[in-house]
Amino acid sequence: MDFSLTREQQLAKEMFEKFVENEVRPIASEIDETERFPIETVKKMGKLGMMGIPFEREVGGAGGDFITYIMAVEELAKACATTSVILSAHTSLCCWPIYTFGTDEQKAKYLPKLLKGEYLGAFALTEPNAGTDAASQQTTARLEGDYYILNGSKVFITNGGYADVFIVFAMTDRSKGTKGISAFIVEKGFEGFSIGKIEEKMGIRASSTAELIFKDCKVPKENLLGKEGMGFKIAMATLDGGRIGIAAQALGIAEGALNEAIKYMKERKQFGKPIATFQGLQFYIAEMATKVEAARNLVYKAAWKKQTGQNYSMDASMAKLYASETAMEVTTKAVQIFGGYGYTKDYPVERMMRDAKITEIYEGTSEVQKMVISANILK
Amino acid sequence: MNILVFIKQVPDTNEVRIDPKTGTLIREGVPSIINPDDKNAIEEALRIKEEVGAKVTVVTMGPPQAEKALREALAMGVDEAVLLTDRAFAGADTWATSLVLAKAAEKLGYDLIFAGRQAIDGDTAQVGPEIAEHLNLPQVTYVEKVEVLDGEVRVRRALEDGYETLRVKLPCLLTCIKELNNPRYMNIYDIFTCYSKEIKVMGLSDLGLQKEEVGLIGSPTKVKKSFTKGPKAQGEKFDLPPHEAANIITEKLKGMHLI
Repeated sequence: MDFSLTREQQLAKEMFEKFVENEVRPIASEIDETERFPIETVKKMGKLGMMGIPFEREVGGAGGDFITYIMAVEELAKACATTSVILSAHTSLCCWPIYTFGTDEQKAKYLPKLLKGEYLGAFALTEPNAGTDAASQQTTARLEGDYYILNGSKVFITNGGYADVFIVFAMTDRSKGTKGISAFIVEKGFEGFSIGKIEEKMGIRASSTAELIFKDCKVPKENLLGKEGMGFKIAMATLDGGRIGIAAQALGIAEGALNEAIKYMKERKQFGKPIATFQGLQFYIAEMATKVEAARNLVYKAAWKKQTGQNYSMDASMAKLYASETAMEVTTKAVQIFGGYGYTKDYPVERMMRDAKITEIYEGTSEVQKMVISANILK
Repeated sequence: MNILVFIKQVPDTNEVRIDPKTGTLIREGVPSIINPDDKNAIEEALRIKEEVGAKVTVVTMGPPQAEKALREALAMGVDEAVLLTDRAFAGADTWATSLVLAKAAEKLGYDLIFAGRQAIDGDTAQVGPEIAEHLNLPQVTYVEKVEVLDGEVRVRRALEDGYETLRVKLPCLLTCIKELNNPRYMNIYDIFTCYSKEIKVMGLSDLGLQKEEVGLIGSPTKVKKSFTKGPKAQGEKFDLPPHEAANIITEKLKGMHLI
């Protein structure tokens, strides 16, 4: 059993830490406040290979590994949850399904630009009436000559307003239920495709969560991802991997809040001494740090299983369930430790607490994770 | 064009503490980094490579652990890395160090040499200039801008109250300051290939040097004692108009027979 990072992963971690300190932390509060999508950060990450970490160089990737990618999401999330989810949705939810289910032509056409960050990716499954019940897709696609014609709308699509390439799910044959769902690669600018409302959110406020509208949208038939009817399978497999990304995001948020709390406890004085000397708060820190460590072990174990080709579906769900609930708990406690100051925008912990909440909801709510876990155990 | 960049692995002085008893640095547990000015040197070499094409080789003298600094440079995108290591090199002052580096430069070949202005652990700013002297090369220190022209470089050298612009024939040696550029980050592409690249290792005999010329024996500098200055008392404070204050200062200095 070996918990240590490889030499390459160690160098990558150093690089991420520097990048976060110089490029991400300084703007985290500003982009939260103004809901400004940090496109310049995306371009910088692209140049450094961060937008294509776990893919081989042969397909245009950076030639890293999955654990390094997870580490990148975690390090970003320590300072800015928005930036981390941009990377996670792009890599896990758009690049990965094209890499895994795409034809050689699709891979050659989309991956090099996506993996260099010249294109930003998104994943469009959720609809107004198909959230956790993802199977009840109302968006339809029908084949007409050389094109599939898509009609319907998607909501809450991460990266939506800025993405160039979308993985879009639609019903090609309603009579077949989940087996009638298909996946498509849709480009920004395809005829009949437009961006609707950009959501105003509680947290991850700069991440551009958009509504997508398809009105007789023409998608070339060669942009069908996988085969007709494979869409639901593609979506579920994609989300399995994506969950490790969100778990890493949650872990990073929790670590970020824990670090802030530790620093503050050593500085802040009450009753003539640092509040770090009070046992009540010391116990808070002990509990927070222990939960963060447990979450880290779940996240990295799931990532390791994925990287080594093992079945990781349940591990990913456990990691996401536990890390997201830890993020919520740790950030809430961090605000408590900061007291009145924690409730203000003078310190980052209130933002971290708002950011943490979404990790219990997207890419499968905590309740869905429990369904996945129990189904794996009781099968 | 062959560009050599001399770098040094140093303890991250932001994290260094000083042992109050011995007055020396406590190096245990302190992370090692590439000296900050040297990173500017690497960046400038890589920038020139991208602009006009060049092979960039990074060179360091140090113990085997200094390999980490070379890997980091490779992860930033340099082409080759050379480690100058030998037990005989230990304890070298700037003279002995610069001699080893100059010999390495002769062996490796060069058109342009970059070094950092000074290292944050020693702060001498001597090694770069001494390499140039050993090699009989023109040198410019405190460089804040470089332009490559045909067979020469135009550089801007920072002065305390301005700058001077100089044209220098190649080959030459330039020492870099942080105003020169913003060093790039390592990148994932090079991070995942840097450990599969070979690092050329050269020792005493490879450089054609004798034991007496290098390391502690070859170092004319002798450190007699190093110590931390004791804290001074607060001194006297006078809150007076400038004219009267000047009189008091003059009287005090006269009293101490200093003026």
